[in-house]
Amino acid sequence: MILKAKLFGKVYSFQSVMDVMAKANEEKSGDRLAGIIATSSEERVAAKVVLAQLTLEDLYNHPAVPYEEDEVTRIIIDDINQRAYNKIKHWTVEELREWLLATTTTDYDIKQIARGLTSEMIAAVAKLMSNLDLIYGAKKLLVTKTANTTIGEVGRFSSRLQPNHPTDDIDGIMASVMEGLSYGSGDALIGLNPVDDSTESVKRILTKFEEFRNEWEIPTQTCVLAHVKTQMEAMRQGAPTGLVFQSIAGSEKGNTAFGFNATDIAEAKHLALQQGQVVGPNVMYFETGQGSELSSDAHYGVDQVTMEARCYGFAKRFDPFMVNTVVGFIGPEYLYDSKQVTRAGLEDHFMGKLSGISMGCDICYTNHMKADQNDAENLLTLLGTAGVNFVMGIPHGDDVMLNYQTTGYHETATIREILNKRPTREFEQWMEKMGFMHEGKLTSLAGDASVFLKK
Amino acid sequence: MVDKQEMKAMIVSILEEMTDPSSTESATKVVEKPINKQEEATVKEATEEVLEDITQIDIRKQFLVPHPADREGYLKMKAKTPARLGLWRSGPRYKTQSMLRFRADHAAAQDAVFSYVSKDLIEEMDFIEVATKCKDKDEYVTRPDLGRQFDDENIATIQQQIKGTPQIQVIVGDGLSSAAIEANIKEILPSIKQGLKMFDLDYDEKAVLFIKHARVPAMDKIGELTKAEIVCYLIGERPGLVTAESMSAYLAYRPIVGMPEARRTVISNIHSGGTPAVEAGAYIAELVSKMLQHKKSGIDLKEVE
Repeated sequence: MILKAKLFGKVYSFQSVMDVMAKANEEKSGDRLAGIIATSSEERVAAKVVLAQLTLEDLYNHPAVPYEEDEVTRIIIDDINQRAYNKIKHWTVEELREWLLATTTTDYDIKQIARGLTSEMIAAVAKLMSNLDLIYGAKKLLVTKTANTTIGEVGRFSSRLQPNHPTDDIDGIMASVMEGLSYGSGDALIGLNPVDDSTESVKRILTKFEEFRNEWEIPTQTCVLAHVKTQMEAMRQGAPTGLVFQSIAGSEKGNTAFGFNATDIAEAKHLALQQGQVVGPNVMYFETGQGSELSSDAHYGVDQVTMEARCYGFAKRFDPFMVNTVVGFIGPEYLYDSKQVTRAGLEDHFMGKLSGISMGCDICYTNHMKADQNDAENLLTLLGTAGVNFVMGIPHGDDVMLNYQTTGYHETATIREILNKRPTREFEQWMEKMGFMHEGKLTSLAGDASVFLKK
Repeated sequence: MVDKQEMKAMIVSILEEMTDPSSTESATKVVEKPINKQEEATVKEATEEVLEDITQIDIRKQFLVPHPADREGYLKMKAKTPARLGLWRSGPRYKTQSMLRFRADHAAAQDAVFSYVSKDLIEEMDFIEVATKCKDKDEYVTRPDLGRQFDDENIATIQQQIKGTPQIQVIVGDGLSSAAIEANIKEILPSIKQGLKMFDLDYDEKAVLFIKHARVPAMDKIGELTKAEIVCYLIGERPGLVTAESMSAYLAYRPIVGMPEARRTVISNIHSGGTPAVEAGAYIAELVSKMLQHKKSGIDLKEVE
C-alpha cells in the first residue's frame, strides 16, 4: 500500500487510508469544518492519484470505523458476499472505475460484483469520478423495489408527495395531497413530516391517508415520518402504516444520536410486514444526507462522502423501498453552495444505486445557502438523466413547515415530459382513469385539486 | 468569377443588411409590419404609475385555476394552509405571477441573511456594537463555532462598557436575518421595558449590546463577561419564504459557556404575522420576572412551574 505521490515534482504523503479518502474528495465545506480537507487543489489531486492505486482489499482492511467498535461497520462487512469480494479484491480503485464505465459492462455484470463491495470501496470509486461519470455510471444501474407498487423500472420517474403543514391541520394537509396527485406527484409515496411527533397524531394522519387512498383506489404508499419508535407504537395500536421511516447515519454513534439501533430497525421492518398496510417485500424508507454524522460528532474524523456511503451499506440490510438523500437541507456549513450540493446529489445517487439501493433525492436548499430554484432545477435535470428513482413534490417547491425549498409538483411533470418518462405503472393507469394524464402528458384536469371534492 | 467591384458591392450590401433593419424586411415583412404599427400607436412616455406590489397579495386567497370542478370547495381548502396551492400552470411549468412571487420571497429571505443591520439603526438605538470572530457573512454561515466567540478587543469593549453586574442584560444579534432586527427591534425594546416596569424591574437601555455575526451561544460568553443574572437575547431567525422578518428571543438565567441547550428559554416566530413584537415584549418581561423569582431558565424553569 503506497500513501505517497509526486505531483509536479513535489511529494505529497498521507497519514492513512481515511486521510487519502478525505483529501481526495471534491471540495465540501463540511470536510473543511471537520478539519480534514485537502489544503490545496494540488494536494486534492495527489490524494486522488494515491487513491486510484489503492486496492479494494486495502479499503476492506481499513474501514472508516473499526469493526469491533461499530455496528454499521459490522453490518457492511458481514453482508459482503465473499465469493464476489475475492474475485475483485486485487483490483485497484482505478480498475474498478474503468470497469464500471466500460460500455461492455452491463447492469447484470455490476450486480454480480457489487455484492462484494464495501461502502468504503463505493465511496472511493465515486471520488475518482467526474460529475458526468457519476451520471453515466448510475444510469446503467436499475434498482426496482416493490411495496404496493414497483419503483425504479425503466422509463419511470416517481415522486414523493410531501404535503407538510405548519400545524398538521388535516384539511390543509389533504389539500396539498389532492393537488399533488392531480399533477401526478405521489406515485412513490405520500409522506408527511409531522410537526407533532406523538403516536396519536401519527395514527390520526395515517388513518386519514389510508381512508383517502381506499376511497380513490390510489396505487401508492403512505407514511408519516415520525421517529421509528413512534411509528412502531402506532402500528401496535393498529394504525394502517405504509412504509416505515427513519433518518439514518453512517456510524452506530450517529444512529444512537438519532435514537435507534439496527435491532430497532429490524423489529420495525418485521412489524410492518406483519401488521402494515403495504404488501412488500420492501417496506422501509430511509433518509440520509452528507454531513449529518459530523453534526452529531459521530464522523470519527472521516469525510462526509464516505460516511454517506456507509448509510447505504447499513440501509441495504433492510432492503428498503426507497432511500432519500436530503441533499441541501443541512446548510452551508456542510455544503456551501449549489456547486457542492450538485456534486453531493450526484455522488449520493451513484453510491446508493451501486449499493443496490432504490435511490431518490430531495433536491433542496435553505435560505442561508448560496443557491436558488434554478440550481435545484439544474440538479433535477441531471438526476433525471442519471435515472434517479424519485424526487420530492411540494406545492410550488416551498415547504411551509420545514422552511426550505425543494422541487415542486410541476417539476416532476416537467421532467417526465422532457425525458419521456412516466409514473409507476399502476399509478399511471390510475391517472389515466382519473383523467389527469393521457399518453404521458398532463390533461386539462391536472392541477385541479377540487376534482377530489366531487364525491 | 466575381470581380473586385462586384465583391465590394456585395460587402456593402451585406453590411447594409446587417445594420439596416429596413433592408431585411423581405422575409419577415408580414409579421413585422403590424407589430411596428402597433408600437407606433402605443408608444408612450413612462408614466408615474406603479405596478401592483405582488408581495402584498395574500397567497391563501390567490387562485389561478381557470375551470375548477369546485371553486368554493377549493378556496375553502386552500384557506387551511399557507402552501402555494391553486396556482395552476403554463404547460407543466408555473404561471409567471406565482413564479415571480416565489422569487421575490426567496430574494427577501436571502437578502435578510446576507445583509447587515444598518449603522443608522444601531446609532439611533444607542447600541454598543461588538462582533464575533467571523470576518464576514461567508465565514459566519460556514463556521458556527466562530459565531459564538469574541476576540480580545471585543471582550475588552464589553468589559469596559458594561459596568457593574447587571440584573438584566439585553443583547441584540443579527443572526440569520438582519431584516428581522430591522422590522422588530424598535417595537420590542420599549415593550420589554414597559413590561418589566410592571414587575418593578428594568434594564439599562444605554447598555444594550449589538452583536454582528451572532450565533445563539454567543449569549453564554456575554453572560460570563457581564456576570448578568438574566441574559435576554433578541436574534434574527433563519428566514423561510413565508417571512424573512421572524425574530427569536433567547433567555437564560446566568448562562455560561458550554451549558446545555435545554437551559435556554426561547420565544420564536416574533413577527407581524406570528407573535407581534409588542405582545412578545410583554411576554418576555413576564418570563424574566419568573426566572428571577425561581433563579432558573429553560427546562429547569418549566419543571418548577
